[in-house]
Amino acid sequence: MRTYLITNLRAIWGRAYVRVVGANREPSWLFFEVALPLLASFSFALIYRGMGAPEQYVGFVVVSGAMIAFWQNILWSMAAQFYWEKEMGNLELYLMAPISRMSILMGMAVGGLFMTAIRATLILLIGTWVFGVTYQVSSWLLLTGVFVLTMGAVYGLGMLSSSLFMLFGREAWHTANLFQEPVYFATGFYFPVRALGDLGAMLASAIPLTLGLDAIRQLIFSGKPVNPLFTVRTEMLLLVVATIFFNWAALRALRFMENLGKQSGRLTLKGQ
Amino acid sequence: MQWSIETRNLRRTFRDRPVRRLFRRAVGTPVPDKVALDSVNVTVRPGELFGLLGPNGAGKTTIIKILSTLLLPSAGEALVDGIDVAKDPDSVRRRVNMVSGGEHSGYGILTVRETIWMFSQFYGVPTKVAKKRADAMIERLNLTESADTKTSKLSTGMRQKMNIIRGFVTDPKILFLDEPTLGLDVGIAREVRAFVSEWISEHPERTVLLTTHYMAEADSMCDRVAIIDQGRVLACDTPANLKRDLAPDCVYQIEVPLWTETISPLDQMPVVRSVAMEHRGDQGRTHLRVILEEEGGIASVTDRLAKRGARVLSMTRLEPSLEDAFLNLVGHGLSSGNGENGAR
Ligand SMILES: Nc1ncnc2c1ncn2[C@@H]1O[C@H](COP(=O)(O)OP(=O)(O)OP(=O)(O)O)[C@@H](O)[C@H]1O
Ligand SMILES: [Mg+2]
Repeated sequence: MRTYLITNLRAIWGRAYVRVVGANREPSWLFFEVALPLLASFSFALIYRGMGAPEQYVGFVVVSGAMIAFWQNILWSMAAQFYWEKEMGNLELYLMAPISRMSILMGMAVGGLFMTAIRATLILLIGTWVFGVTYQVSSWLLLTGVFVLTMGAVYGLGMLSSSLFMLFGREAWHTANLFQEPVYFATGFYFPVRALGDLGAMLASAIPLTLGLDAIRQLIFSGKPVNPLFTVRTEMLLLVVATIFFNWAALRALRFMENLGKQSGRLTLKGQ
Repeated sequence: MQWSIETRNLRRTFRDRPVRRLFRRAVGTPVPDKVALDSVNVTVRPGELFGLLGPNGAGKTTIIKILSTLLLPSAGEALVDGIDVAKDPDSVRRRVNMVSGGEHSGYGILTVRETIWMFSQFYGVPTKVAKKRADAMIERLNLTESADTKTSKLSTGMRQKMNIIRGFVTDPKILFLDEPTLGLDVGIAREVRAFVSEWISEHPERTVLLTTHYMAEADSMCDRVAIIDQGRVLACDTPANLKRDLAPDCVYQIEVPLWTETISPLDQMPVVRSVAMEHRGDQGRTHLRVILEEEGGIASVTDRLAKRGARVLSMTRLEPSLEDAFLNLVGHGLSSGNGENGAR
């Protein structure tokens, strides 16, 4: 048991190392990972300004821009990465190693976290400075809790989708691309989800990021009208449920897909 | 005795993807399942360097994938170190590793050393140990100069050396090598073969299962060889026994003065299975490669040559090659020549 744990920890670090080193050796990554998303956030902030939207909306965009970096890390650096790994021939080496598949995924996510943290911090700092956003945090403890829970749930969701990438490769890739914008929309990247109407908001909250963002807004702009979805307490409860559910489902799905792949022979088949 | 590797009536079939299968059935041209392995029984002892020799599509890779827990058998069993690959894949994984020819694993951004280290981490090898082992192997395979090069800049040969080290660095009890010298030039193929042979002789309790379609590679490296074609094992023995059992015909090379006629001097002799003539105009000689039906036939051959006025200048008895054995069993040669990258 102990050796198994150590082996898995080594595996996480081994896989994370690739990204950490990559970020150092290819500084151009920084441009694509940081500068471009920064522009996207800022253009929305400017639009809100131009429309004369309430000032906290600009703040929403800045905070969301930082949070979305973490979601992108999970979706592209982890889930979709399984597709590339399969094409390169790494996936079969990972799958035949005596480790949990979760360690490989965790390694990818952890490795990407370094870059993501830089990106999120820069968006937050520059955004705050450029647009003069002011924050009023009601509880740092709750804020940290919400952040951690959101990450846990989003991570589970990412693992769940990686199981699809493992087997369906290219098809899953297209699907993820297809859903990227709608997800930004539904999570209220650009505006409070409430604006989608009650039903729309309910549906969108199935994506854990939506709940997390909404709670963070409430906590970080306390005192200002933020048009919340639920109370912070409810949202945290839902996030706990989401974290447990997605991680559990991901474990099952990974095992199921791997088995299916081993039965059909698609697990090691490339180019599909 | 506990076998290192054992397959019992191992069978593997592949079917079309569901949508296509339904479609083909609907239009009345159903495709039968593709049989990749058909009742394969192979046993490998600990300490053996065992070869699977077969043409393209024979099922070699399929066997390796089943043994390395990446594919499930359709029927039958496969045991690695006594453990069923279908029932307890995790225990199998702790004991094995695999390297394939022409593999493009790893990440271009990492160096050779880093890549080997990274893969060793998935097996929980402590960093210090991994680096020490890697350095020793890097030196042995003459890879030192490229050891700190990014893998995206490696040539095919260097890359394959790195892959080989990746497989050995975890010190597996049982190692699978799927066409490890595929696409390598003579020199590098030889280095890789020597490395594998040395490793197994230095670690006599370890086992290597190697697939190849190079005759000479199987002949020179393997303790035992299974000849496999279209998912079936046709024969399994030491290369020496395979040659003896499967090519009992005697093979001779006879030198005669230049033979200018188109039909050979040994035409239509019942004891002769085949004759190949090779004219050496510059030396004024002709070489005859004669395969006899039975050993006693050589006397009548020399008689006939004397009668036809072809004086025997020299006569050598040749050992049948593994290729003769293979031809005899499979009925056709290997598609891409044999020993072409310089085994022996
Ligand atoms: N995942 C798969 N899906 C469908 N068919 C497959 C799959 N893998 C192998 N096959 C088929 O099974 C047969 C055996 O393939 P295999 O790769 O084991 O042959 P091989 O002996 O390794 O040949 P080669 O020398 O070309 O590598 C082939 O006809 C191949 O097309
Ligand atoms: Mg093959």
